[in-house]
Amino acid sequence: MMYTQQVMDHFTNPRNVGEIPDADGIGEVGNAKCGDIMKMYIKVDNDVITDVKFKTYGCGSAIATSSIATEMIKGHTIKEALELSNQAVVEALGGLPAHKIHCSVLAEQSIKAAISDYYQKNGIDPEPIVGKIPTCEDGHCH
Amino acid sequence: MEKRFVYADNAATTKISPAVKQAMIGALDLYGNPSSLYALGDQAKAAIEKAREQCAKAIGCAPAEVFFTSGGTEADNWAIKGAAARLRKKGKTHIISTAFEHHAVLHTLQALEKQGFSVTLLPVHENGIVRVEELKDAIRPETGLVSVMFANNEIGTIQPVAEIGAICRERGILFHVDAVQAIGSLPVDVQAQNIDLLSVSGHKIHAVKGIGFLYIRRGVAIDNLIDGGAQERGRRAGTENVPAIVGLGKAMELAATGIADRAEKIAALRDRLIAGALQIERSRLNGDAKNRLCGNANLCFEGIEGESLLLMLDMQGICASSGSACTSGSLDPSHVLLAIGLPHEIAHGSLRVTINEETTKEDIDYILEKLPPIVERLRSMSPLWERIKSEEK
Repeated sequence: MMYTQQVMDHFTNPRNVGEIPDADGIGEVGNAKCGDIMKMYIKVDNDVITDVKFKTYGCGSAIATSSIATEMIKGHTIKEALELSNQAVVEALGGLPAHKIHCSVLAEQSIKAAISDYYQKNGIDPEPIVGKIPTCEDGHCH
Repeated sequence: MEKRFVYADNAATTKISPAVKQAMIGALDLYGNPSSLYALGDQAKAAIEKAREQCAKAIGCAPAEVFFTSGGTEADNWAIKGAAARLRKKGKTHIISTAFEHHAVLHTLQALEKQGFSVTLLPVHENGIVRVEELKDAIRPETGLVSVMFANNEIGTIQPVAEIGAICRERGILFHVDAVQAIGSLPVDVQAQNIDLLSVSGHKIHAVKGIGFLYIRRGVAIDNLIDGGAQERGRRAGTENVPAIVGLGKAMELAATGIADRAEKIAALRDRLIAGALQIERSRLNGDAKNRLCGNANLCFEGIEGESLLLMLDMQGICASSGSACTSGSLDPSHVLLAIGLPHEIAHGSLRVTINEETTKEDIDYILEKLPPIVERLRSMSPLWERIKSEEK
């Protein structure tokens, strides 16, 4: 098995799966052609992410990285969530095979995309705060 | 059903059969070098020659036309590179093959392209079968070699090998066949099918890994791939792996016995599996439904990704494989699934189940019990599935 116990745990029992119907921000990254799509829903109250849910189409590590990323931002401020790096996700999972690192990048980006959406909905230009979120077409997919 | 272990990845490799194991254990004591002149060497040599006869009988050739190799990949490399080297001298620098060959053939052809050969890869269409008319049209005056697999390793579709062989023979073109997946499931007869070069692998037919052979028709000149000592009548150097060769001989004997009955039984189980799996909505069978290996079922389930499907099946004790990018180790899903025209997003959701004579009806029913809820679970967390369903409305 190429995955760590932590990856298998999050893959087998993913945390925070689902949707938030009245989400304050929704971010989707990846595409079907590349074989992985992550969709992140957040509820924000007073700059704190009070709830987060995800849906992921992808391999075992795509599901596991989304799951652990939701745990790592839930109850944290937006500022803290924006600081979550893909390396932190990889470390929390006890490592990922080299060709699966892009899954952790997607997890980081999906959170940033959801926060961008939240800012946009509140009339704030997200780019100076969140930065540009690369798309698969930019070649960041894998 | 109670949890069970179902090995359904026989196209990847097979379990060693008891008869093969027995034969190999006996051969482990034949430690003499087969090239030595004393009796100890002779015993090993005799064991190799017996295996050569078994292999020859299984494909309808003479023992002197069988050359042991390290496996199917070496046999493919040797056949194609060895033939190409000779053909180049005659100005025959065009090779015809198919878009969905095994990488042992495709990557070998790519290497030859860099050396100046031109290669035509025939399309394999939605059903996964090469069209003989298209092969005929692709033949040029400088065509020297045609390489077509007997049956595809991923989708199991059977190619019109005998027809292609007849055309090649008539036009004086060498014909190589990668028969790695066909042995044991289909009758292989190199005479009747006009095959000049044929690759076989041991571990797909209940022998061990690291052994195979190349059949080279008498009179067909190809260059050596491995140079060194005079083993294999000077055609393939390296001290022989005696126990593996002995095991391969036994495995070939068994593979060529009772094919029709065995294939019929396996195909009935395969069809039960396919019919059951296709009950899942937005699923499809890849490759021709009839003209496929008796043990091969290759399916796609929209909205999910193959690797996560395999992991969940594995948790239920079911071993299978997928052609998704994640499992192919590259950015793209399987070249075979793309060659039959599947879009990437559907090819990512593929599942290959390859059964054999040991598979039972209970195994199939167990897979059919476990598969639908796994697909449903993955779909329930898939934004792609959500999109597919919303587009339906």
